[in-house]
Amino acid sequence: MLEVNNLSKRYGDLVAITGVSFRAGAGETLGLLGPNGAGKTTTVSIIAGLLGADSGEVLIAGKQVKRDTDPVKQMIGLVPQDMALYDPLSARDNLTLFAALYSLAGEKAKRAIDGALDLVQLTDRAADKVRTFSGGMKRRLNLAAALLHDPQILLLDEPTVGVDPQSRNAIFDNLETLKKRGKTLVYTTHYMEEAERLCDRIVIVDHGKVIANDSVQGLHRLLPATNVIAVELEGVDSFLPEPILALPEVKSAEFVDSTLRVGVHNLARGAPGILRWLADRGYSYHRISSEQPDLETVFLSLTGRSLRDSQ
Amino acid sequence: MISFLALVRKDLKLFFSDRRAVVIGLLVPIVCGTFLGYLFGGQGGDAEPGKVNVLVIDQDNSDISRGLIRQLTDGGNFDLKPATVETARAAIRKGKATAAIVIPKDFGSDAGQALFAGANKPEIGVLYDPSHRVELAMVKGILSGAVLEAVSREMFSGRSGRDTVDESLARVENNPQIAPADRQALGDLLRGVREWNEREAERQNEPSNRNDSSGQSPRSAGLTLPYQTRDQAITSGENIRYNGYAHSIGGMGVQFILFMGLDAGISLLLLRQSGLWQRLRAAPLSRATLLGSRAASASLIAGFILTVLFVFARLVLGVHIRGSFVGLLGICAAFSVMTAAFGLMIAGLGETVEATRGYSIMATLVMVMLGGAWAPTFIFPKWLQRLTVVMPTRWAIDGLDGMTWRGLGFSSALAPIGVLLLFTLLFAAVAVMRFRWRAD
Repeated sequence: MLEVNNLSKRYGDLVAITGVSFRAGAGETLGLLGPNGAGKTTTVSIIAGLLGADSGEVLIAGKQVKRDTDPVKQMIGLVPQDMALYDPLSARDNLTLFAALYSLAGEKAKRAIDGALDLVQLTDRAADKVRTFSGGMKRRLNLAAALLHDPQILLLDEPTVGVDPQSRNAIFDNLETLKKRGKTLVYTTHYMEEAERLCDRIVIVDHGKVIANDSVQGLHRLLPATNVIAVELEGVDSFLPEPILALPEVKSAEFVDSTLRVGVHNLARGAPGILRWLADRGYSYHRISSEQPDLETVFLSLTGRSLRDSQ
Repeated sequence: MISFLALVRKDLKLFFSDRRAVVIGLLVPIVCGTFLGYLFGGQGGDAEPGKVNVLVIDQDNSDISRGLIRQLTDGGNFDLKPATVETARAAIRKGKATAAIVIPKDFGSDAGQALFAGANKPEIGVLYDPSHRVELAMVKGILSGAVLEAVSREMFSGRSGRDTVDESLARVENNPQIAPADRQALGDLLRGVREWNEREAERQNEPSNRNDSSGQSPRSAGLTLPYQTRDQAITSGENIRYNGYAHSIGGMGVQFILFMGLDAGISLLLLRQSGLWQRLRAAPLSRATLLGSRAASASLIAGFILTVLFVFARLVLGVHIRGSFVGLLGICAAFSVMTAAFGLMIAGLGETVEATRGYSIMATLVMVMLGGAWAPTFIFPKWLQRLTVVMPTRWAIDGLDGMTWRGLGFSSALAPIGVLLLFTLLFAAVAVMRFRWRAD
């Protein structure tokens, strides 16, 4: 459904993206994961036809978007990162306008609007002005506005920024419904847990380049370690984790917010040695836990730095 | 077409959704236009014209000086108040008075003798505020006429006039340097004046004239200006008075509609920085639809503002469309479209919102000022009047004047309409060429 081939884009001397390629099929959710400034929004903007690429191509069902009024654009729905709504107008007025942009009018538009409002559970607020909505409701309406023309591909540029957990879950439910309807979702985020929950395939982008492109399971297989032991150290603000790398079974180590996270091949064999090493050096700890490696760990493993630190 | 109409409808809804802004947007040009119109004569001069504040210092205190002051006061052009030289200087410096007339000591006798002999003319001092040069000319003109009338009246009918004539007659008769024939002629003239003067005095002592509270002769005994003017305002027809509001409402309408166009341009710049722009650009819309719809909605809003202003002017301020109504509609429509193109050009040329707002406000004010929206262009210097024809606002305002109080026909609207449409094309071309379509 969506094919991105070798996209590159520069802004003067700044390379925004280079050689970005990926594919997404019908009913597939593809996550574009990376820190801010990695090139996610540039990639989405090129797919949506907002930006021209310096090189490479985007194919929507095998066709390129060549001009402003290209019918291929009917197949794309964009949910911009910034709220794209007219606050002084009602939710229905907003959706009526956005439906008209795709030549939907009359009964056809009404059905589409009712369906979208129903999906995002805002039917009872349809007549209210958007300025009276909460941030989460606006985000849901922002999503609904992209669905009116029933696009095959939905581009979601960080659609949950600044929303409360309840609204975030509601949006996830909406997206899962859309996925079940066979839509192709391209979801950009820097929240690893969102990508892990929603995406079938994840493209990790850093400094404008694709550094990994695989399923969640496949990305985990990239990791040298299969388990992580997390130790919350008491009264320690800074810690150099490198010496721990010399211990048996240890494959990675990082220290963030008083927590030492150490990747090990085998938890049972690796954990005692790490705890002993800490005790010998006078460190005390009040909590120990083990976890499966997440995408944060994958990013750390691939780039040598934490995704959070890269924001 | 569905999307075009939807975008126009959206802009209109957004405009009318902020009712307070709409009311203020209409109220401000109405208030400004009404105020300026009142200053420029209101509804045909019903309002009392402002008088020039003039101070008078009478150091002579003679019959002639008192008559002169009475003459100036009765003329109705001055708000005349007595003062001393010091208080007059202070008042003028502070801007409380426009000018002060200093009548020197012995003015009466010196002026009387100068009237006949032409020598030793007394000097009347005029102190003035240099920022009121136009009023100074008016003060001097009115003063000249008043002095001539007051001095000659006293010479021909007043007590001091009789004394002056007697003195002059004695000097003439005893002056050996005057040729006998000339002495005879001058003597006859002065004796004739004395005789006239004595008869006037007798007439004033008659019981029927004695109770005249003014103390003046019932008919002017002195010299008067040998002409009167008959003023006739040339308007669209007989008995149709000039209405100052017609110009000012049109002028303020032009100004505030341009500001509306400026706002439309700025909002387009802001839109380009928002997610809404991405949503609009992601839709299968042509650039002509996006910019054209914005131009159409701005034109409709401009037309709405002009309509409200002229309806108000008609109902409340008595402004009539004396000329072609179709011509007025044409000029309003052309100016509205031009305003929309002006807004698009601002959006096209603009880099940052802050900088764009600054320079576009300056450009708008210059256009409005030179177009004659604040003050009619006929008070501009000639070179400036010729220069300002390059301003679209000049054509709009002159066109609106033509269709309202000047009462011109449709043919007179064609040139303003044509010029405004040419400016529309120019602005639109710049907007299309310079507009940055990519999201910021």
